Amino acid sequence: MKKIIVSFLTIGLATVALTGARAQEIRIENVINILGQARPIPVALDGFTGEGAEVLKFDLYVQGFSFVTPDAAQYLIHGSDAGSVAGTVTDKFAKRVMLSRSYNGASLRRQAHTFADEIVETIQNKKGVGLTKIAFKAQPSGYGPGEIYIADFDGHGPQRITTDNAIVAKPAWAPGRLALFYTSYVRSNPDIYYHSLSTGQRRVIAGYSGLNTSAAASPDGAKIAMVLSKSGSDNIWVCGADGSGLKRLTTGVQDSSPCWSPDGQWICFATEIGGRRRLAKVAASGGAVQTLNTAGVSNPTEPDWSPDGKWIAFTRQSRDFDICVMSADGKVPPVVLVRGENPSWAPNSRTLVFNHDIGHRDVLSVLDVFTKQYKDCARATGSDSQPAWAK
Amino acid sequence: MKLNQIVFPLVLALVASLAVTGCKKGPVKTTIIPGHNTSIVGPGNGPETVPPGGVIPGGEGPGGVDRGPGGGPLVDNRTEFDKMTRDPAALAPYTVHFAFDSAVVLNKEQANIASVAQALTSSPGDKLFIEGNCDERGTQEYNRALGERRALALREALVKNGIDPERIRTISYGKDKPEDPGHDEAAWAKNRRGVFILLHPKAGV
Repeated sequence: MKKIIVSFLTIGLATVALTGARAQEIRIENVINILGQARPIPVALDGFTGEGAEVLKFDLYVQGFSFVTPDAAQYLIHGSDAGSVAGTVTDKFAKRVMLSRSYNGASLRRQAHTFADEIVETIQNKKGVGLTKIAFKAQPSGYGPGEIYIADFDGHGPQRITTDNAIVAKPAWAPGRLALFYTSYVRSNPDIYYHSLSTGQRRVIAGYSGLNTSAAASPDGAKIAMVLSKSGSDNIWVCGADGSGLKRLTTGVQDSSPCWSPDGQWICFATEIGGRRRLAKVAASGGAVQTLNTAGVSNPTEPDWSPDGKWIAFTRQSRDFDICVMSADGKVPPVVLVRGENPSWAPNSRTLVFNHDIGHRDVLSVLDVFTKQYKDCARATGSDSQPAWAK
Repeated sequence: MKLNQIVFPLVLALVASLAVTGCKKGPVKTTIIPGHNTSIVGPGNGPETVPPGGVIPGGEGPGGVDRGPGGGPLVDNRTEFDKMTRDPAALAPYTVHFAFDSAVVLNKEQANIASVAQALTSSPGDKLFIEGNCDERGTQEYNRALGERRALALREALVKNGIDPERIRTISYGKDKPEDPGHDEAAWAKNRRGVFILLHPKAGV
């Protein structure tokens, strides 16, 4: 019983900002323990049998909960998903009902996602991810032509966005909008498109000769970072969200995968310096490139900065690909979490969506970086990859 | 924690030494791509009114996703290339292969480069598409960039053989267009390649 309380307190320490030098030190040590090593919050789930149970288990598992017997649980979740979702959450130690809800309208899945969100908010005091969306690249045969899709974050309800029957790549959401940026080869060149999901209309944002890819919108949506090769090498460029005001930010020879810091001040990207692959950052307004210390993790690429600013997730390219997370301030060295590539943060800054290879087909998966618990999403096509979590 | 305190300064020192010694190569010579100042941009659709908020509101997601073809007409010199007739067979014997994770044009490929340069020299009206491709190792976007570097390296090699860079366009397919979809070294070796597509002026143009 004591252990359970201790582990919960540890998570609390990691997520609640403490003040004072002494407290700061404690917090950093705990964060090291937390990445990939935190104990999940034990809950007992009872009374749910169908799709509702499936949704609750998925949503809670990838946000740091585990399912145990009532004896071992800290919280009891009791309810029903017969026809519609209803349930209560009881704190077993305080002997107190914390949450009591019944839902109607929409689909059963949506009701269950909403209940999961309310459970997360009640127990973790954090907004849940149950109703969020992802965009991704879908390829029926694992290579060649594909289309851009969106779906619920667990892969259910996939909707095709493009009908290009061409190579497509790297969707990214326009922050706070029903709109995507992505790369399509439909005009015989990799060009970057802006595609409004509300009107269905799209336009080319970057259609220069050579490579136009890896669009990433700034957190305020005003600017786009991307990779262009029009200068004769692969570099990071920025422009306005409408494609105007293009500016070259880097002059390296192997720059790829730009992402933004949540304050919009920095662009983090993968590059090669002195014959070694590195992660680096450059001020969004331009300036000197600063390398990031990935502490011995070789061949880092595909960085993604968490919305709370604390973490940078990235892919380690070795024989296989691995998802790694380190603190953005460099104080917590990278932790190798699971096999996979293309990590993209959820709005909660603790869950990642990524893809991994199963039998030469890519499958999307959702990972809680603190407990290292992950679950595969429902498949849309033969091979789903390059997910981007809507924020 | 203690270990980190020891390791961090060491790593930092290593990084610093790399930064000092790592720039022996000097600047890499690059040739600007034709049409580099013109983005091929379709007509804008005006400002949008979309409700803000990270979570897509309403039901099971946005409805009415229109799948119309995007963009407008091509307007820069990419058009000149797109209007020509592709002749993939003409230069197929001169496909160039690369070492793993490298965009360096190997010496043994110089004969192929010379043959492609010869074909372009003898037909001044023709242009060239260079397709850069990768094996499946490496992530998708890393490979998309690597494929572009391979195509650009071949373009540089042709420029050294006297070909006008304005006659050459590059395209990277990353690992999305394998020659052999197998998963062994033999397939990978075939897939790490630069393909030359000769473009002829359309008859009557």
